Amino acid sequence: MVNPLLEVKNLRVEFPTRRGVLTAVDDVSLHINPGEVLGVVGESGAGKSMTGAAIIGLLEPPGQIAAGEILLEGRRIDNLPYEQMRRIRGREIGAIFQDPLTSLNPLYSVGQQLIETIQTHTEMTYAQARNRAVELLSEVGIPAPERRIDSYPHQFSGGMRQRVVIALALCVNPKLIIADEPTTALDVSIQAQIIALLKRLCREHGTAVMLVTHDMGVIAEAADRVAVMYSGRIAEIGPVRQVVQQPKHPYTVGLMGSIPIIDQGDERLTQIDGAMPRLTEIPSGCAFNPRCTQTIERCFTERPNLVQVGQSSVSCWHHDREKTDA
Amino acid sequence: MPEAVENKPAENVKTVMQVKGLARYFDVSPPLLNRILERLPKQILKAVDGIDFEITKGETFSLVGESGCGKSTVARLIVGLYRPSAGSIEFEGRDISGLSRAEMAPMRRRLQMIFQDPYASLNPRWRVRDIVAEPLRAFGLETTSSGIERRVGELLSYVKLAAADGEKYPHEFSGGQRQRISIARALASKPDFLVCDEPTSALDVSVQAQILNLMKDLQREFGLTYLFISHNLAVVSHVSDRVGVMYLGRLVEVAPASTLFRAPRHPYTRMLLDTIPDLSMSGRDRMPVSGEVPNPITPPSGCTFHPRCPFANDRCKREIPLPIETPHGSRVTCHGVEEGRVPEGPVIPNR
Repeated sequence: MVNPLLEVKNLRVEFPTRRGVLTAVDDVSLHINPGEVLGVVGESGAGKSMTGAAIIGLLEPPGQIAAGEILLEGRRIDNLPYEQMRRIRGREIGAIFQDPLTSLNPLYSVGQQLIETIQTHTEMTYAQARNRAVELLSEVGIPAPERRIDSYPHQFSGGMRQRVVIALALCVNPKLIIADEPTTALDVSIQAQIIALLKRLCREHGTAVMLVTHDMGVIAEAADRVAVMYSGRIAEIGPVRQVVQQPKHPYTVGLMGSIPIIDQGDERLTQIDGAMPRLTEIPSGCAFNPRCTQTIERCFTERPNLVQVGQSSVSCWHHDREKTDA
Repeated sequence: MPEAVENKPAENVKTVMQVKGLARYFDVSPPLLNRILERLPKQILKAVDGIDFEITKGETFSLVGESGCGKSTVARLIVGLYRPSAGSIEFEGRDISGLSRAEMAPMRRRLQMIFQDPYASLNPRWRVRDIVAEPLRAFGLETTSSGIERRVGELLSYVKLAAADGEKYPHEFSGGQRQRISIARALASKPDFLVCDEPTSALDVSVQAQILNLMKDLQREFGLTYLFISHNLAVVSHVSDRVGVMYLGRLVEVAPASTLFRAPRHPYTRMLLDTIPDLSMSGRDRMPVSGEVPNPITPPSGCTFHPRCPFANDRCKREIPLPIETPHGSRVTCHGVEEGRVPEGPVIPNR
């Protein structure tokens, strides 16, 4: 067994508010192996982006890590002082966000932004950094990079901007990239290009990716393993094929059924009634119990833990070993 | 005019909406002074550039395409939020494109629209009951307050909300519930025709499934006809009877949904279908599509898709293709298909 690159243990992210403490991420444990793509999927408010932000140390205050540990190559990074964390960001963990227009500075050319990042993290001279930047731009598929390096973000299309962002994230060869909805703002045909690019580059560089998205299709396409989140908790985590084709948790089952598939004909979509509870109203026991069709008494009183079922881990009383044994 | 009336029972009884040569241009030129001083030409954006389609009663016709292809402009043209630059929109045999505001009013009752963003399309300062009652008041459908109250309760129950929810404000609802409120409002005037502009793109998948199921139930119950606009091909394949694929303001292919998704003919349709991330193909490497949608202000000559098309030749660069009918009941606008240069059968291996 390889040593995991990133380990998250019992992470809990809280937002103290006037009306009480909101728990956005609740007891989440996961790991990412070197070079692996872990998909994190869930609906809005499931805590998937919060988990990503906590790992990279970019939680917006008043959000804070209330419990748990985050380890990068065995070293705790969740309690590092700001300056040290700043050095890890970019150097060891890169980030790609949803909207490429807001993650690039409109007042600097893309070249200046790339060169600045490269020089911050390495000893390169300006000329070397500039060469590296041109190389990176051509690697992410930007035509005529020697010329385009002096262009400003607004002179690029959405897809091209996202390529620049990927170049920025990759520029000092981080070991891990947190990609938060990297293709959500893009058209489908561009989305396919960007996913293919991300997959190819990470394979070539051996970079691990935590791919946060709400789109199960993107996950199925790009990820090796997937974690399904619901109300700040992990409902199911396992190899993509397992989770997509044989989902175990009732929420995952419903989620997969509610995705329209081409050529499926006129059948009704599986419907999960209701909506994800607000953070102020998370029910006791299993958070999914108000929408679940197969609840037992225990679902309302006790919170299920993740248990191994086949190759996946599922947090559901139906799959808990005690029940399957009985 | 008498002819049109005579034709009505014979031919138009099934076609509710007939759109011919519909176009909408926007003038995006720099200000006049700049144009004179800098000798810049006028710039015209052809958002919709001559499209034809017809919609039969009770069916769902979808327009699909990437951002900037003009699909939302078509939606707005049909409900009369824009005036067409050219072409006609016949609703039950009557051209509604040139109607004045007063003449359009009775049409508006029958043509309603559901918008994309359920956060922006409901007035945050109105109670839900007033939002839903607005069409009733505007069209004078209910005049007594007890009548309005009863009708609002009924409408909310259609969309699976409680009558008591009428007292609340939009912010008290989730995105999916808000979209239900917009649907209730659209149904208030008992329309025959609903234009749905990306009704589920702002929603999560599990909520999207609820709304799509609801829309299907309502269609069956009230015999509604839908014009459904979406960029999501999977959603389109799920709800549609017929589909039109748009690219840079033109329709490249119109076909029954089953034909379009099983045997797409136009290279653009095939490309779109091949790019959807698919659940059944875990880990598969796909052929990445090259290129992006060109700037619609300066579209390519001839067939606007030719720079991205693997089958393009000289003729595609020069001549604008005309729609041709295929034996499978679809209409394709492509020189390659016409000449038989584009091989038949799906590009995607069977799913």
